Amino acid sequence: MEIPLKSSGQSAAAEARDRARDTPPEIADPLVIDGRKFRSRLLVGTGKYRDLEETRRAIDASGAEIVTVAIRRTNIGQNVGEPNLLDVIPPDRFTILPNTAMCYDADSAIRTSRLARDLLDGHSLVKLEVLGDPKTLFPDIPETLKAADVLIREGFRVMVYTNDDPVMARRFEEMGCVAVMPLAAPIGSGLGIRNPYNIRTIVENARLPILVDAGVGTASDAAIAMELGCDGVLMNTAIAEAKHPVLMAAAMRKAVEAGREAFLAGRMPRRAYASASSPMDGKFFP
Amino acid sequence: MRIIINGEETTLEGVATVADLICRFAFHGRIAVEVNRELVTHGQFATRNLRDGDTVEIVRAIGGG
Repeated sequence: MEIPLKSSGQSAAAEARDRARDTPPEIADPLVIDGRKFRSRLLVGTGKYRDLEETRRAIDASGAEIVTVAIRRTNIGQNVGEPNLLDVIPPDRFTILPNTAMCYDADSAIRTSRLARDLLDGHSLVKLEVLGDPKTLFPDIPETLKAADVLIREGFRVMVYTNDDPVMARRFEEMGCVAVMPLAAPIGSGLGIRNPYNIRTIVENARLPILVDAGVGTASDAAIAMELGCDGVLMNTAIAEAKHPVLMAAAMRKAVEAGREAFLAGRMPRRAYASASSPMDGKFFP
Repeated sequence: MRIIINGEETTLEGVATVADLICRFAFHGRIAVEVNRELVTHGQFATRNLRDGDTVEIVRAIGGG
């Protein structure tokens, strides 16, 4: 690591150079959530890994800056010396996004969010997830609305997990959520983007970030989400349950970047028939 | 004094506050605490008294998606 020289005999040019180095470079095409800019549009979870070392390596390979965690009971009496997840993803280097996963009513989600905020020194970003059914893990929308309303009034910055319903997405936006995160398929299913037309409609209507949360199975799914114009993708199982999670994390990083660039580039129109790439003119054969 | 901590009934003596309880079980790292379903912030640990029959939840961050 370079140690900047701060001696008084330094030239003005050298000081300016040091200042430039200290100032973070402007991020091209950032993901903006609640006024904060992020370079990476891939958000990752920390569940289902073999151990904390694999978690660390996968997150590193993914390039993710926003990382989700769950809030659960401590193990009484077995706590001392136990490795801690937040040692692997230190809150001063990552934006920690606590979730309300496995909450089946608004009250549980609200309690979880309050605990998470205190645990993270007042950091108020939360991934709100209120489930309605254990088989599909689809969201319970009335309970999600109730929880979002309370949390927003308490100053939380709510990123909300919801279904791929454009009407609900707009409702959450109007309420004051900071991001809407429709599922692409059931959580942990790896079925990919099941309803691209709804996702696109949600994106077209939105004036806040739309992130696909849940359902991605492999890199092409993430690219499709980004090509539809989503602002980001949140995933856990697709990386953690890959045969080689660290390699899949790297693949997802590239897929999200490629999908974003393809979206910005604007794809060619689809045609029913071929259109030759080489000119007809100047042919010297029949 | 009987307190339910993370779902387990525990008999404790010499524990007056939430801070005492955390000290007794040597919880380290980042935790957060609820008593009777109400958040007790870090700033309130030393002053929040525990009573017989209280239900305490002590939580941490773990892996999740």
